[in-house]
Amino acid sequence: MSYSAPIDRYTGKINKVEIGTGDARVQVGGETTQPFYLFEGEMPNRPRLAMEVCDEAPGDWAKALEDVLGDVWDDPVKWAAKCKDEFGADLICLRLLSIDPNGADKGPDEALEVVRKVADSVEIPLIIYGCGNAAKDGEVLKKVAEQMEGRAMVLGPAVEENYKTISAAAMGFGHNVAGETPIDVNMAKQLNILMTNLGMPAQRILIDPSTGALGYGLEYTYSVIERDRLTALQQNDAMMQMPIICDMGREAWKAKEAKVGTDEHPEYGDPVKRGIMWEAIGVTSLLVAGADIVVVRHPETVKLMRSTMEGLGVK
Amino acid sequence: MALTGLDIFKKLPQTNCGDCGVPTCLAFAMKLASGGASLDLCPHVSQEAKDALSEASAPPMREVTIGQGENALKIGGEQVLFRHEKTFFKPCGFALVIDDSMEAAEVDSRLESLKKLRFERVGYELKTDLAALKCASGDKSSFAGLVEKVKGACDLPLVLMSDEPDVMSAALDVCGTGKPLIASATSDNSNAMTELARKHKCPMVVRGGSLEELSGLTEKISKAGVKDLVLDSGSRDLSKTLENLVMMRRSALKKKFRPLGYPTITFPCQETQDEMLEAIHAAVYVMKYGGIMVMNNLQPWSALPLFVLRQNIYTDPQRPMQVKEGFYEFASPGDSAPILVTTNFSLTYFIVSSEIESSKRPAHLGIVDSEGLSTLTAWAAGKFTAEKIAAFIKKSGIEDKVKHRKVVIPGYVAQIKGELEEELEGWEVMVGPREASEIPGFLKSWQ
Ligand code: B12
Ligand code: SF4
Repeated sequence: MSYSAPIDRYTGKINKVEIGTGDARVQVGGETTQPFYLFEGEMPNRPRLAMEVCDEAPGDWAKALEDVLGDVWDDPVKWAAKCKDEFGADLICLRLLSIDPNGADKGPDEALEVVRKVADSVEIPLIIYGCGNAAKDGEVLKKVAEQMEGRAMVLGPAVEENYKTISAAAMGFGHNVAGETPIDVNMAKQLNILMTNLGMPAQRILIDPSTGALGYGLEYTYSVIERDRLTALQQNDAMMQMPIICDMGREAWKAKEAKVGTDEHPEYGDPVKRGIMWEAIGVTSLLVAGADIVVVRHPETVKLMRSTMEGLGVK
Repeated sequence: MALTGLDIFKKLPQTNCGDCGVPTCLAFAMKLASGGASLDLCPHVSQEAKDALSEASAPPMREVTIGQGENALKIGGEQVLFRHEKTFFKPCGFALVIDDSMEAAEVDSRLESLKKLRFERVGYELKTDLAALKCASGDKSSFAGLVEKVKGACDLPLVLMSDEPDVMSAALDVCGTGKPLIASATSDNSNAMTELARKHKCPMVVRGGSLEELSGLTEKISKAGVKDLVLDSGSRDLSKTLENLVMMRRSALKKKFRPLGYPTITFPCQETQDEMLEAIHAAVYVMKYGGIMVMNNLQPWSALPLFVLRQNIYTDPQRPMQVKEGFYEFASPGDSAPILVTTNFSLTYFIVSSEIESSKRPAHLGIVDSEGLSTLTAWAAGKFTAEKIAAFIKKSGIEDKVKHRKVVIPGYVAQIKGELEEELEGWEVMVGPREASEIPGFLKSWQ
């Protein structure tokens, strides 16, 4: 019996999506194989790391994050600049926390102001994520889309309740949209169909599958991304061939294991390295499953993932 | 190659006696072919047929046991490439390297680590599985000395790392009865190593410079009677190792290629000096078909996330684990202790209950049957609604156990407060914190 390599061939391929403009624009997607399976296909664009920046100072982030971001996190412009210049972020994910009706409840104009300032100060592409309140996100992102015409940002997350508003605005003013569905292949596909039916080009859509942190539902996210990817590649399903974006930083750093100090859990070891690993290992699993963009918080995670991707042969 | 039902049928007695529990030999053959029955259910099959069939009806990937007793590690026996297709069955193992050129203090500290790298999480113990002892000195008595010392100090199964049959033989004389994993047989030493594995009845790693070479070696070694093998594809970089792991798993499962139908071993310890990257390499292999990860650095801060990843990847995706509906008591709660409620997803239950426990405060925790879904998932799916919680509280009998009428709901479902107050007349509904980690602080301020 002699060995012959069991190489698979895929009929489908992942769309290429361009984010941002000019020299700093970034392309994601384009894979013709499963993630990092370079022995049987291509991965023309390495997965990108977006660093999270919030429009208001976070109250309760872990000390490991405060150590590296605390000096800038009350100013989104400085924060974004630091992520780009010092930490080497590929993109900035600006989260509009302040528009939350249960929080500061700021209006579209104030949000736009922040987006504009950040966009004007860093050249790297932006992802603008709302606060999670569907109606408010729709209202604000519509305004942002209009006023930031042609910047080819990613707007999201578009969900069942607001995808019409968000994708219409993204479509009309030259942006991309990230559609979020709760860990389900069919629901992701359905949202893509709805958005493309509205006229949104498939090449400007990203799938946000919902992200669970390591130890807090990660395995569901991992498997649904694998299934999304196999559907796109093996079944050549055009409504599943969008690149995947995962919002991991927020989930990872919510976990107790990423946050607690050694006073409470001496057996868990160094809290800073532990927090970084909680994020980085979670991100690793998303990349191995098939994510094309992952939103993270800690600069060490960015570095580690770069080296890891290089090790996997994708620069 | 796998046999078809018909191939198997030809070798059965064809008397249709039914003793196997299936009416006909053909039906039984079909069951065997699909892996739904085992040959020993037929009492009439001839020895000759047995030999032919057991080889062919063996699972596509062999299960291999390392060590003995309750700490033994079982790896392999996997049936799918993707966990969503069924499940990954046998959680992979982590080994920590100790070598015979290390200072005594370093050896002791690593032995200490092996004991300490244990965590209790969501009802399971997460731990390091193996001590990987490496002969770095090239000297057999030095290595045997290390083996002796570790064997006395630690009850985990061992991996013995040396390519020198002499050195291996000396080490096996010290610990051969414990079924350590011999690492490794190669093209240069395979005859002598195979002899040792056979003599001591130990499982053995086989290393090839390529998968062709590796297949040839395992075929030869298994013909010589040693069948508990573990595959080392020889590569020591992330990209190539990933490729080899995928190729080995596919060959075994999709092509039923016997020479690669064994679990695998990987060496993040030899791929990078950076302790964080080493852990990340291991993480990649946890997901992509690594059976054992041999680590040079395992600290609590890297071991905890790695072990939790292993736990996540190896849970059964079809069935969320559940706990029983009902009230659970903490620190002998009296009639004034707070009442909290959550869902019956075992992950949620264990996270919440471990926080209540660590607060050392008395509490009643009500678990509402929500079909194994987490709090928000259950709420969104209509399984953790005000109505259900109210009905649960009323029938639970808790009203007879406490004087007060206050119930704490998870912060993430704050929106059901009003409705629940309507359903539960006379009760005050309090919104707890969102994250379980804030429960101790919350309980301490509870009046
Ligand atoms: C994994 C997951 C799933 C898995 C289910 C896993 C399971 N067994 O529950 C699957 C894929 C099956 C799933 C399905 C669905 N999901 Co889901 N899922 C998730 C995900 C990624 C993680 C959930 C998880 O496991 N968390 C970990 C556990 C431990 O968290 P937890 O139970 O909330 O407990 C924490 C706290 O609440 C707190 N806590 C718990 N109890 C208590 C009690 C008290 C008193 C206190 C103080 C605190 C406290 O402590 C814990 C740790 O801090 C989340 C997104 C996310 N990142 O959270 C979406 C999410 C929960 N799902 C969602 C939805 C909508 C669904 C579906 C309804 C989709 C659909 N329409 O089909 C289905 C429903 C399932 C069904 N019909 O059978 C939404 C909910 C939206 C909302 N805000 O209401 C989410 C938020 C995703 C999203 N952003 O859209 N999901
Ligand atoms: S027990 Fe054996 S001989 Fe009898 S029916 Fe079953 S397979 Fe045939």
